[in-house]
Amino acid sequence: MWRFVGIRLLQAIPVILAVITVTFFLVRVAPGGPFSAEKAVLPEVKAALEAQYRLDLPLFQQYTAYLGDLAQGEFGPSFKYPGRSVNELIGAGLPVTAELGFYALLVAVIIGGFAGVIAALKPNTAQDYIPMTAAMIGICMPSFLLGPLLVLVFGIYLDWLPVSGWGDIPGDKILPAITLGSGYAAYIARLSRAGMLEVMSQDYIRTARAKGLPEWEVVVKHGLRGGLIPVVAFLGPAFAGLLAGSFVVETIFQIPGLGRFYVQAAFNRDYTMILGTTVFLSTLIVLFNLLSDILAAWMNPRLRAQFGEN
Amino acid sequence: MIKFLSRLLAVLLTTTALSACTGGESNVEIGNRTGVLHFGNGSEPQGLDPHVVTGVPENKLVRAMFEGLTVKNPWTLEPEPGVAESWDISADGKIYTFHINPEARWSNGDPVTAGDYVWSWNRALHPSMGNQYAYMLYPVVNAEAFSRRETEDFSDVGVKALDDQTLQVTLNAATPYFLQLMDHYSTFAVHPETILKHGAMTDRYTKWTRVGNMVNNGPFNIKEWKLNRRIVVEKSDTYWDKDKVRLNGVVFYPTENIVSEERMFRVGQLHTTGTVPLDKVPAYQAMENTPYVQAPYLGTYFYLINTKRPPLDDVRVRQALSMAIDRVKLNDTVLQKSNFPAYSITPPGTMGYNPPKLFDYDPALARQLLADAGYPDGEGWPDVELIYNTNESHRKLAVALQQMWKDVLNVKITISNQEWKVYLDSVDTMDFDIARRGWIGDYVDPNNFLDLYITDGGNNSTGFGDPRYDEMILKLAPQAKTQEERYRIFYEAETMLMEQMPILPIFTYTSKKLMHPSVRDMPSNLMDSLNLKYVWLDPDWEKDNTQ
Amino acid sequence: MTTDIIEDITEAEQGSSLWHDAWLRLRKNRLALAGGMLLVAFTIIALLTPWIAPYAYDAQNLDLGASPPSAQHWLGTDIFGRDLLTQIMFGGRVSLAVGFVATSVALLIGVTWGAIAGYVGGKVDAVMMRLVDIMYALPFMIFIVLLMVVFGRNILLLFLAIGAVEWLTMARIMRSQVQQLRQQEFVEAAISLGLPPSTIIRRHLIPNALGPIIVYTTLTIPSVMLLEAFLSFLGLGIQPPQTSWGLLISYGAETMEEFPWLLIFPGLALTVTLFSLNFLGDGLRDALDVRRSKD
Repeated sequence: MWRFVGIRLLQAIPVILAVITVTFFLVRVAPGGPFSAEKAVLPEVKAALEAQYRLDLPLFQQYTAYLGDLAQGEFGPSFKYPGRSVNELIGAGLPVTAELGFYALLVAVIIGGFAGVIAALKPNTAQDYIPMTAAMIGICMPSFLLGPLLVLVFGIYLDWLPVSGWGDIPGDKILPAITLGSGYAAYIARLSRAGMLEVMSQDYIRTARAKGLPEWEVVVKHGLRGGLIPVVAFLGPAFAGLLAGSFVVETIFQIPGLGRFYVQAAFNRDYTMILGTTVFLSTLIVLFNLLSDILAAWMNPRLRAQFGEN
Repeated sequence: MIKFLSRLLAVLLTTTALSACTGGESNVEIGNRTGVLHFGNGSEPQGLDPHVVTGVPENKLVRAMFEGLTVKNPWTLEPEPGVAESWDISADGKIYTFHINPEARWSNGDPVTAGDYVWSWNRALHPSMGNQYAYMLYPVVNAEAFSRRETEDFSDVGVKALDDQTLQVTLNAATPYFLQLMDHYSTFAVHPETILKHGAMTDRYTKWTRVGNMVNNGPFNIKEWKLNRRIVVEKSDTYWDKDKVRLNGVVFYPTENIVSEERMFRVGQLHTTGTVPLDKVPAYQAMENTPYVQAPYLGTYFYLINTKRPPLDDVRVRQALSMAIDRVKLNDTVLQKSNFPAYSITPPGTMGYNPPKLFDYDPALARQLLADAGYPDGEGWPDVELIYNTNESHRKLAVALQQMWKDVLNVKITISNQEWKVYLDSVDTMDFDIARRGWIGDYVDPNNFLDLYITDGGNNSTGFGDPRYDEMILKLAPQAKTQEERYRIFYEAETMLMEQMPILPIFTYTSKKLMHPSVRDMPSNLMDSLNLKYVWLDPDWEKDNTQ
Repeated sequence: MTTDIIEDITEAEQGSSLWHDAWLRLRKNRLALAGGMLLVAFTIIALLTPWIAPYAYDAQNLDLGASPPSAQHWLGTDIFGRDLLTQIMFGGRVSLAVGFVATSVALLIGVTWGAIAGYVGGKVDAVMMRLVDIMYALPFMIFIVLLMVVFGRNILLLFLAIGAVEWLTMARIMRSQVQQLRQQEFVEAAISLGLPPSTIIRRHLIPNALGPIIVYTTLTIPSVMLLEAFLSFLGLGIQPPQTSWGLLISYGAETMEEFPWLLIFPGLALTVTLFSLNFLGDGLRDALDVRRSKD
């Protein structure tokens, strides 16, 4: 088991290095630079700016210099926000987005998992259709629609919850978490229903039932473990996706998170910020995928045995 | 039907907009009680260093914390004393002597001196600084040469500290708008010791503007700066004119999403917004006691034409395209009557200057011109593409114009939106046929708009160039003896420009905002220039308004 | 290897009675059938739109502006006075095409990739899945901007770009399914009998993994449609006056208070389509469930 984890961690190094390299050169090919602005920038000003940020060096030299900084844990200064380092910006945005992502996944797993399992127990009945139809509505609602709609109803017409902010006014975390989580809840509902159906028709479930175990015990002890494997496989990418993909929700609710930095950095051609967020997120993605693989293995006794042999 | 809906919406808005949040006291109510203004400021500022930043949100923040030699009066835009309590101008208009207010203080208690200005202008103009607004000081002798590294010696530049209280500035030529420039942040003084404590003079990557580090000289001091969340400033007790300052503090919110901003306003999270979504304008306009405030703004929305590419290299084609645009209808429909149709580059009423109006919506003449140019009824019209940067309002205009050109001229113009930096690159390299563009004035003077189109000007981007035009803008206008003569030259130059039509003016901007009725003495003006020194909040606004 | 599997699928489609049985079961599922028929109807409408749309898709009437549903405009008009029904019909062409083409691309790459990785395992699996990790981690926005700039704006390219992103999750799911199935007795038995991998994949792995894959496919189509809307909204997708359902919804969402019909009708079109996909997907899943059919 530990060997498996160790190997995967070692494999992560070339993955991240590849991501850095591809991103570094990719952003330089994109048209427009970090200092182009609506009012034309004088050539001497542009030259001075490029000199301040090492952009006047040959590209490969910039690349090695960047790797050198990175080895020391330095992402470098942001171009868009002079006076701020990328480390500082990520440090400011990450806790917010991680918290948002956590609440959203919590919403998603609780609602989605519950709906999916319930539906799978009595397939093709009202107990199936109602939660699954609700889940489908969740998928059909893009967050740029659901967010403003929730704000309109709960924030303005009913005046129950704040319309924006994060940790400023009590209750302002509820609507963003629901908005971000609902799409994922729908996915999880679908996946867990499919997974549960798959498992509940397996022989060992029938064996368990034949033994006369109560139905809830069959479901919880034997069904859930296998049935939720697809959900677990989905969670790793989902959390990483939440971190990178919370842009829309963060924009609607004016949440000071990493998602906004990530997307805006690309639009601003804030090279160091793009690289910093990408390196950071790719590391997280690799870790979370590893985590979801380990979890899946733990839930699947046969795979666990295989890891044990390794 | 639409009218009815607008009314209905107006009623709905009224019931929610001004009523307080039932779930407790709203920001606005707390603010009214404690004298703290909650201000929707558009976006997170790049920074707060006056010699580094560009942009409107940065302008509002920097001018709350710093003060220039002169300050624009928010009602009249006339310069009034700031750090300089008075100034003398020589008879030829070339030498300005500023007398610095002996009471002017930095927030650490140090007096503001003429020497601070010399040091700061050295910094603002220094080539290593990369200050994008360094050109604001170019009217000063040798300022341009210094910032282009043509001279290394800053003592060549026409700014001298005669003593601690006297700053003498020598200009290349009489510059009627020079005092206005003293209220632009790139000409502001910064505190030399503070800058040097946190880095070299020209470092951009420094922490001197952080809470606890910053030393400034304006009416407010920074108290809290939470990235993408808010910036809180509080009244300064070292500011020379602090008795006039009535607010105890201001909270600036980076309200990037204008739909969310409007909602924040509606539930009482904001006193004022930076703008208003276009589609909400009619409902707000229909409201009684509307919080909607609209005022002329020193900016023009137009399209650049690449005059080097056929068929647009033919002036008749450019004129035809321009005359086929029904600007009045455009403004009445897509723009919700919220702007003014424009027929020239300079906004009307720029310090008493009114631009020529050479043409009007004229479908028949437009068709005739197009036929003369060799495209009768659009026959043989090649592929022409219009580009704009991704934005809802730009899209709406482009879609409407595309159809107007098709209806009137029977020509097909493809519209294409580009991501911001790609768009900037296309405009900069003139890789376009027609491109959306806007220009907001840095100071109130026709020169700020007309010098865009001198040959090979950095912001020209149309290929237009005419030696006679250059001479009028660069030589004749600065030598003019009187304002009338100067404006006559500008008028003549602008007439030439609009005859050649390298740009299609569309509309003159307005500033639009929502303002809570408790906000007092925050007048609208042509520059949308905010002077927080005068602003105050009336906690008894409901009573006062009904009286 | 790639083509092998694709051929296997087509082979299975033609040959096996499994598919015939599945069709018989599907026919009994009225909801699935209704969903399928609606999808076919929508597709036919989309194909015929240029001839049957009530108005030209770019015909404006600025004086009319945004108007609620009326006798002339059954679903109302947008702020340019364009007929909303026409807009929805033309938007459907783009949305359905994006949904099906991009999902097919994702399905093709993802299933193949995941099946190989999961079946072969070991070093091959490790390398393949790390490649997936790299793709996941790349800044998607920059990637799309570059594609659009370097190759020009092109709907087909947009489909491919979206498909190229969406296959990653598909590959992960397929891999975990295959891994799980490989441990089952019947697969182990097949391996010990010395059957060639292609036969095992065709006979045992693909049919048994189909359930989750179909379910995920029905999830991918909507997410692809929404991704297209998001990209178009950011200005990286299709160009006006062309439109799509996602784009119409995103415009409608901005004016939901002023002109609710601009949100309701495109939203309804998308929702009905997605519901149909969903029911069809469920029906297919049940119809293809080999083990249950043996009960």
